[in-house]
Amino acid sequence: MVHGIQKKMTWGEGGLALAMTGLAVLSLLVAAKAYTTAYAFHAYLFAAASVAAVFAILNRYYERPAELPAQVIDGKPNYQLGPIKFATIAAVFWGIAGFLVGVIIASQLAYPVLNFDLPYTAFGRLRPLHTSAVIFAFGGNVLLATSFYVVQRTCRARIAGDLAPWFVVLGYNFFIVIAGTGYLLGITQGKEYAEPEWYSDLWLTIVWVVYLLVFLFTLAKREEPHIYVANWFYLAFIATVAVLHLVNNSAVPVSLFSPKSYIVWSGLQDAMVQWWYGHNAVGFFLTAGFLAIMYYFMPKRAERPVYSYRLSIIHFWALIFMYIWAGPHHLHYTALPDWAQTLGMTFSIMLWMPSWGGMINGLMTLSGAWDKLRTDPVLRMMVVSIAFYGMSTFEGPMMSIKAVNSLSHYTDWTIGHVHSGALGWVAYISFGAIYCLVPWLWNKREVYSLKLVNWHFWISTIGIVIYISSMWVAGILQGLMWRSYTKLGFLEYSFIETTEALHPMYVIRAIGGAMFLVGALIMAYNIYRTIVDGEPVKEASAKPALATGH
Amino acid sequence: MMDQSKSSHQDHADQAVGTTGHEWDGIQEFNNPLPRWWLYTFYACILWAVGYWIFYPAIPLLSGFTKGAFGWASRTQIEIDMAELKASRHDMVVKIEQTPLADIEKNAEILSFARAQGGAAFAVNCSTCHGAGAQGFKGYPNLNDDDWLWGGKLADIEQTITHGVRWDADQDTRTSAMPAFGRDGLLPRKDILVLADYVMSLGGLPVEKGADLAAGQKLFAANCAACHGDQGKGNQEMGAPNLTDKVWLYGSDRASIIERITIGGGGVMPAWGNRLDKATIKSLTVYVHSLGGGQ
Repeated sequence: MVHGIQKKMTWGEGGLALAMTGLAVLSLLVAAKAYTTAYAFHAYLFAAASVAAVFAILNRYYERPAELPAQVIDGKPNYQLGPIKFATIAAVFWGIAGFLVGVIIASQLAYPVLNFDLPYTAFGRLRPLHTSAVIFAFGGNVLLATSFYVVQRTCRARIAGDLAPWFVVLGYNFFIVIAGTGYLLGITQGKEYAEPEWYSDLWLTIVWVVYLLVFLFTLAKREEPHIYVANWFYLAFIATVAVLHLVNNSAVPVSLFSPKSYIVWSGLQDAMVQWWYGHNAVGFFLTAGFLAIMYYFMPKRAERPVYSYRLSIIHFWALIFMYIWAGPHHLHYTALPDWAQTLGMTFSIMLWMPSWGGMINGLMTLSGAWDKLRTDPVLRMMVVSIAFYGMSTFEGPMMSIKAVNSLSHYTDWTIGHVHSGALGWVAYISFGAIYCLVPWLWNKREVYSLKLVNWHFWISTIGIVIYISSMWVAGILQGLMWRSYTKLGFLEYSFIETTEALHPMYVIRAIGGAMFLVGALIMAYNIYRTIVDGEPVKEASAKPALATGH
Repeated sequence: MMDQSKSSHQDHADQAVGTTGHEWDGIQEFNNPLPRWWLYTFYACILWAVGYWIFYPAIPLLSGFTKGAFGWASRTQIEIDMAELKASRHDMVVKIEQTPLADIEKNAEILSFARAQGGAAFAVNCSTCHGAGAQGFKGYPNLNDDDWLWGGKLADIEQTITHGVRWDADQDTRTSAMPAFGRDGLLPRKDILVLADYVMSLGGLPVEKGADLAAGQKLFAANCAACHGDQGKGNQEMGAPNLTDKVWLYGSDRASIIERITIGGGGVMPAWGNRLDKATIKSLTVYVHSLGGGQ
């Protein structure tokens, strides 16, 4: 059927190759005139990556048949799985890297000598490396992989774009390399969770806009009459993160040849924009995006319908509307005007039930299939993740109440809260999704070993519990010591006495984190074995992915 | 379905509510209503929020914002809290202000309050440099011993705390500057080495064999004795350390002593007169004096 078709380079192939050539030239120019060696290094990375992209595009053009991949084969959508496979593997890789750096910095807090007196290994540089690696590298790749998978399956359509999905996945991972190496070399704009400098931000903007377009165009060509709830959440996540990223990173570079830039916001406005961004990074990246994962993988794995369609609509819109206002609770008892603090706090309280809507829908989906928890550790992982989600989304509004916040703010309680959400919710729902996704993508019947999943589950669950309970104790102790007065009316403890008191909890926290890392390593091995020698799906039910129970 | 009886029971319940009729990749959605407890808790949270907006500062206006029925403001609140704290300490603070520095240690009640106040002020303001136990670090004096750079009497300590050391913003700050004999080319390197050996001998530290102590003594007399004294016993008027005791602010090894002669200078301590109130400085003075080495 190839006969008669003249092989032509597509506009996408030609245009992207041309753009990448331009970027390579520009990068070499910047590298030659860069003010700092670290920046020159980044420019060379950009140049190398663009050249590699040009070669890859041309190579594909010469290798491919004249026809582009079909949209439909034998009446079934021809799903594109390549970028999804890449992002899934990348997620596992970055996850382990991020957890490892987390264990290192937790150990540094307990034993400062582990900073080794080197700038590259100092806590100040490794901490953003940890947060970015787990949130954006691990979490981001999980979101890319699952969103590209879910949007295709639930739209019954091949993903939009030919090279675009690859551009998104590879471009995003290149951004991560630039961001991470930048932190180690000391390139940062000093905004929490938005540390990368202007040129990385610009690159991410391009990648993200393409991501949004790929997602929208895939939705547009769907074969289903309605858009599935998971896709609402994915779309909210992609669109809002784009807005957050642009506003918070608005900056004026010193020069094309310098990594340094100045943020356009200043003073209190900068603080407010930063935490509007920071809180909604939690809300839309770590909550909306992962709720999307829950809405697909939970009913899929449990083989049960979603509990309530109405609840999903109401809690979706309530969540989207409420979350965006809650940021000021990060700035309680600061120079932020009282009215803004009030709004931050009250919207956080109103956010409680919208958040729990997702928990109810997730847990109740299991009704009628609770017995599966006994036998399926993957499902158990996802159920526990929803439980942690429920716990953190109760704890969050509670901590936003000013009276509670006056005790918890600036203490390790915040760290505990973040990790109950990050380890318990985000990572666990991701692990669950990865354990489902890998066999589907590689056409295997099931993961290599459910027994190893079980080990992963128990080791890391104990790790999480150790982690968050040590941080609760540490945070409350710290808060109480800071505010403790003697009966004569003087502060009872010096700062150093509070840090001394926290030392045992810091050691326990590092142990909890290490257990979580061990669990992830078990998962990596299990994933590797699944891909290499998992039992293939039987021919009779061979579909591009899982044969569903229905 | 694994358990036949259970699932058929469930299927029966499912049929009662039914699904929305859509299906995506095998996933369906039940048409269950919103859980009542969920909905009412949601309403309650919204009501509470609206109530809070009425009573507390909440809505931004073109200029300013709604102040709330309680008239509460965080700035007012902190002023009230601080005033309460101040009031609770008022009587004793007045006593400290009225008691001459030298007499505070004679009155057990005032003394114990002064120590508490001084200790708290020390923990917040001084321990960063001098250490939580006032044990000091390299370049930051130990306050527990009886070796004082600028004097260990109550009045001396109060003067140092109030005006600081080499703190340019304060006109009355204690100041002196040891010349940078090496960096500024005042002495050749070989003389500095000889001088270092002599200084070590002054402090009773072991000196390398063959060190020319006589030449060192001459150099010391010509360059150092003006401040550190002929015997090297120091001069508290100028903050010149006693070189004959066992206390070495910048280290007692040969390299550290050579470095100090080479670069000269001395430490800096902020003036606290403008940052802490009179009573706190008095209490801090008594506290530091009581640490062990007060004269």
